[in-house]
Amino acid sequence: MNQTGRLTEVTVPHLAESLVSATIGKWLKKPGDYIEQYDVLCEMFTEKVNTEMPSPIEGRLIKIIVGDGETAAVGEAICVIEEPASADGSFAEAPVAAQAGEASAANDSDQSMRGRFSPAVHKLAQDNRVDLARVAGTGLGGRITRKDVETFIASGGANAAPAAVQATAPAATASVAAPAAQEPVNMPVRSSGIHLSAEPQTPLLEAEGHTQDARNEHFIDVTPMRNAIATKMRQSVTEIPHAWTMIEVDVTNLVVLRNKVKDEFMRREGINLTYLAFMLKAVVNAIKDYPIINSVWAVDKIIVKRDINISLSVGTEDSVMTPVIKKADQKNIAGLAREIDELTKKTRAGKLALSDMVGGTFTVNNTGSFGSILSYPIINYPQAAIVTFESIVKKPVVIQDMIAVRSMVNLCLSLDHRILDGVICGRFLQRVKENLESYNADTKIY
Amino acid sequence: MATITYLEAIRSAMQEEMQKDDNVFVLGEDVGKGGVLNTTKGLRDLFGEERVLDTPLAESAIVGVAIGAAMYGMKPIAEIQFADFIFPATNQILSEAAKIRYRSNNDWNCPIVIRAPYGATGAGALYHSQCPESVFFGTPGLKIVAPSNPYDAKGLLKAAIRDADPVLYFEHKKCYLALTADVPEEDYIVPIGKADVKRKGTDITVIAYGMVVNYVLQAAEELAKEGISAHVLDLRTLQPLDKEAILEAVRHTGKVLITHEDNKTGGVGAEVSAIIAEELLFELDAPIARLCGPDVPAVGSNPPMEKFFLLNADKLKDAMRQLALF
Repeated sequence: MNQTGRLTEVTVPHLAESLVSATIGKWLKKPGDYIEQYDVLCEMFTEKVNTEMPSPIEGRLIKIIVGDGETAAVGEAICVIEEPASADGSFAEAPVAAQAGEASAANDSDQSMRGRFSPAVHKLAQDNRVDLARVAGTGLGGRITRKDVETFIASGGANAAPAAVQATAPAATASVAAPAAQEPVNMPVRSSGIHLSAEPQTPLLEAEGHTQDARNEHFIDVTPMRNAIATKMRQSVTEIPHAWTMIEVDVTNLVVLRNKVKDEFMRREGINLTYLAFMLKAVVNAIKDYPIINSVWAVDKIIVKRDINISLSVGTEDSVMTPVIKKADQKNIAGLAREIDELTKKTRAGKLALSDMVGGTFTVNNTGSFGSILSYPIINYPQAAIVTFESIVKKPVVIQDMIAVRSMVNLCLSLDHRILDGVICGRFLQRVKENLESYNADTKIY
Repeated sequence: MATITYLEAIRSAMQEEMQKDDNVFVLGEDVGKGGVLNTTKGLRDLFGEERVLDTPLAESAIVGVAIGAAMYGMKPIAEIQFADFIFPATNQILSEAAKIRYRSNNDWNCPIVIRAPYGATGAGALYHSQCPESVFFGTPGLKIVAPSNPYDAKGLLKAAIRDADPVLYFEHKKCYLALTADVPEEDYIVPIGKADVKRKGTDITVIAYGMVVNYVLQAAEELAKEGISAHVLDLRTLQPLDKEAILEAVRHTGKVLITHEDNKTGGVGAEVSAIIAEELLFELDAPIARLCGPDVPAVGSNPPMEKFFLLNADKLKDAMRQLALF
């Protein structure tokens, strides 16, 4: 009888403050696999990000509780891992019987190859459910040869082991080291109520047969990512009363400034100096003047966040992500440009970590990058507002009764009308406009 | 049944086929007098000098003429005096003989046999000892055989002569007089493309061809006394390889040693090893082992170097024992 180790459940970790559940994308290990600590167990979809779930412990995967595409709440078990009985004694403790081919302690000399199994031995052992720890090795360095296993099977040693494997003793969950995620923030706010659970989950339906010839339609399966985006968007527009406003900004001087420094910047930093970096700086400075923009509706309170963490909307072919520039108020324009470059690259490469995605307090969306001049953005729940930076367009503008050609840009702001009203948002936008228009050829980017 | 040598087996195969089919003829350097190794001895007396054709010392011409004659419906057996001298004819073999069927879209074929006495006999040194089979091994369109005993030698040569495509017939010189066996007097062939289990065993599989098979069998006999049971597969045909037989033999024990006198690098054993690695990973119980000639140009003339280069039963015994112990 094989010495079974302790059965430990692996749970959905509390990866972020607003996270209540996670969906398993795909299991990368299957029952029976031996897993080292930190081996990736499965893909996990949470919020808007895919993450890879590392194994908190070493051991053999016994059972998968939550399958592909299924969702589990934080703290619920997703699989059971059997930890080795003990670090040293797991192999040595096999009871010694008088059976032929049984491993005996009397096996004197060199045993260096005992733990090295050839493909043939592995296959034979697996097919016949042989516990190799019980087989004597007659090969070089105590290696177990194919013949040894065959002899062992012939002597009736096989088929003794399984069974206990199936028993999923709900053992010590405590030993699962809760992955050090974001430290839980203790907010004195309601944590229950209909607003937290009022979203009926879209079931993940497998569409069978992907075309319907007669109707000339085809189905696309809703991926967990698409589902997350859809849920979040609907939650945002149904829970947050949106209002919307726009302002036009003259960025002629900014264009001059950027044209002056961008080549030098490219040479020195190896990255593009985009208008977005200037926009972010202008927004961050305006938020400093109007901190209420940087807040969250919490039913019976409004939480004003101290850190200014700017979520950046980054679109990919099939989804949109909002990685976060943390403490954006502590960065200069060059620093912001570097951060933008890194986050967009990571997003497009699908390399965003969950930590890149959490903690945003205000969102900036660079809709101008695809030529838009006007948009009505949906707020990145649960933030209070979102601003879009539209295309810079040259326009005839009247200045002191003269017509001039100026580079103009629209900024569009959607606001949570529960928290913010027209006046404060107007002032905020005015400040952003002032900040943008005050850039000139002498502005320092470092 | 008659007990004959490997050499006599080759000669009798040619003689019988020439008797049977007027289109079969032999050509090569000094073949009229029996050739330097006596394989064609007496054939001119039986069939006349038009069917036992002495040629100038020009291997490209020997093979070239054979190819030309084959196009006219003849069935030439071209003898290369020593396989070491086959290289001037290589272009004829690789570029013409091997490709005629393919490039004529099956309209033409090239039923020639090229006999090449190969391998080291001792004191032959550089130009009388080489194993050139790997040069031709990778060329589609050629068949290559290398018998290891008189029975196979006769049966394979008859099959080669009757084959409609070019066959390289590598006869090991050391086999000529060293091996004798009972060979049926009635007509028989050994089919090209079939390997043969020369000894059954359960611990290790040894795959070989040519003279080395005999060393392996000798070593296996001695190892049996130590309790090591070797399974011996004689490839017999190198091109096309008998893949099923190879896999079956290896599957039988899970441990394989491939051995040949030709250099290790790029030799036939490399391909056999690759086939096993591709197909049988989960049956393998040990790394695929090879024991071959070292990668030096050719066997040296002086005895220590010759001994270093050439395989023998003792070297095989060591390698086989090592594999069995793994």
